[in-house]
Amino acid sequence: MTAPLIEGRDLILSFGNERVLDQVSLAIHPGEIITLIGPNGAGKSTLVKTLLGLQKPDSGEVVRKRGLTIGYVPQKLAIDQVLPMTVKRFLTLTRSASRTECEGVLGQVGAGHVIDAQMSQLSGGETQRVMLARTLLLRPNLLVLDEPTQGVDVSGQAELYRLIDDIRRELDCAVLMISHDLHLVMAKTDQVVCFNRHVCCHGQPETVRQHPEYRSLFGVREADAIGIYHHEHDHEHDLSGHVVGGCGHDHTHDHSHDHHHHAHDHGTTVKEGAGTHQ
Amino acid sequence: MMDDFLFRAVLGGVLLAVVCGPFGAFIVWRRMAFFGDMLAHTALLGVALGLLIGVDVRIGMIATCLAAALILAFGQRQSRIGNDTVLGMLAHSTLALGMVALAFVQGVAIDLMAYLFGDILAVNAADIWLLGVGGAFALGILTWMWRPLLALTVSPEIAAAESIPVERLRLIFMLLMALVIGMAIKIVGVLLITALLIVPAASARFFARTPEQMAIGAGMFGAAAVLAGIALSWHVDTPAGPSIVISAAAIFILSAGFAPVMRKLVS
Repeated sequence: MTAPLIEGRDLILSFGNERVLDQVSLAIHPGEIITLIGPNGAGKSTLVKTLLGLQKPDSGEVVRKRGLTIGYVPQKLAIDQVLPMTVKRFLTLTRSASRTECEGVLGQVGAGHVIDAQMSQLSGGETQRVMLARTLLLRPNLLVLDEPTQGVDVSGQAELYRLIDDIRRELDCAVLMISHDLHLVMAKTDQVVCFNRHVCCHGQPETVRQHPEYRSLFGVREADAIGIYHHEHDHEHDLSGHVVGGCGHDHTHDHSHDHHHHAHDHGTTVKEGAGTHQ
Repeated sequence: MMDDFLFRAVLGGVLLAVVCGPFGAFIVWRRMAFFGDMLAHTALLGVALGLLIGVDVRIGMIATCLAAALILAFGQRQSRIGNDTVLGMLAHSTLALGMVALAFVQGVAIDLMAYLFGDILAVNAADIWLLGVGGAFALGILTWMWRPLLALTVSPEIAAAESIPVERLRLIFMLLMALVIGMAIKIVGVLLITALLIVPAASARFFARTPEQMAIGAGMFGAAAVLAGIALSWHVDTPAGPSIVISAAAIFILSAGFAPVMRKLVS
């Protein structure tokens, strides 16, 4: 196998007493599409920030391939009103480009009309499109998208995913995507990483879909689980996020024998399944 | 004929305003006004140290501002005490320390008012040289790191993802700010320097569509404020530093009132 574009090895990170990343290892290879799923507060964004080098891990290392270009689309981009910024200027934020080039990429994402608008006046969907257009100009080897469809209505979401898929095909790049929308994502993705402070399970979408940890993390009836997680665990996290039982990453044993299923609160907004397994 | 001191005042003031423009824009964008204020407060300690050790007070001011910026850059890496608290503590304890240290300086009559509110009419050739060389240096570095610094101002995440050395640029910017503020005290004083940085930038915001327009506009509005302030001081015999700040504030109020009218005319 070719060398990974970027690789995190045994990443450990705590905020205060709370362990957010617990020995996380993750590698992204050229051309791969990896989708990172997990409940709110699972540390998905923190993991991505650590991989990008914005957050220093307490221990472990991140190895970037030499000459790697990353195009990053953040979850939210709030350009303050105090900073005047046209779309054209934003597209050239980290790299210069001619007006023709800018018009070209904006046309590709269906946002040609906003080139002279101020960034602060764009709608959520337009902002996402402009950010995607910017990554087109960068021609990255790795596209990192943090919940790219947040704040976009449902019909717009499907369109954005199609757009992301087009862009990926054009750039021929690897994709690391954080997502909530399981179904839209699953269809396109090579690898799903199910994440809750540690890698709970990973593999092909079909494998993961059938994986007991995935099923327990997102609820067995994931069909009606878009945006709402029936969150049950076959292992417990103590207050600092350590796994205290159950999981241990030995997924060969039968999880149905595991009787200490605890629906519990991480102090986040995760919605719990109301004791459906009892 | 223009008097020599008046010419030096205009030249020094305009030079400073042009340098302060782009820096002020970044201070407004990055919400660092309080940081600028803190640096200015430490300058007084620099005056005292300069006099005590027998070094030029300008060097003393720049050195203490740089040291304060460094202390702050590392103080911000912890999260147990909020940034604003760290800034406030540093600002006031260094100001107090400066005042106490000045009490130990013997035999020199210090015009405290000149340091607090500036003494632009006393600008000499050495000050102009310092402003010219230091200002060109600061502006040069800022121009060189303009794009990455702006990228990290818009989004540190995007900047980091695209291999921009975020921490290093932050530190360099803080040090440059310290240099500019250290040089500026002589002209507008400890208490007014932040105004010269942020008021012209805020005025330029009304007319700017891009960051670059705002930065250049800030320099122009700042220069206009300096000229108007010196004129006011010359004709009505008001203190020069405060007159410059009042002019800058007047320009801001005019801009705020004029911008909506202009937008209507354009559209």
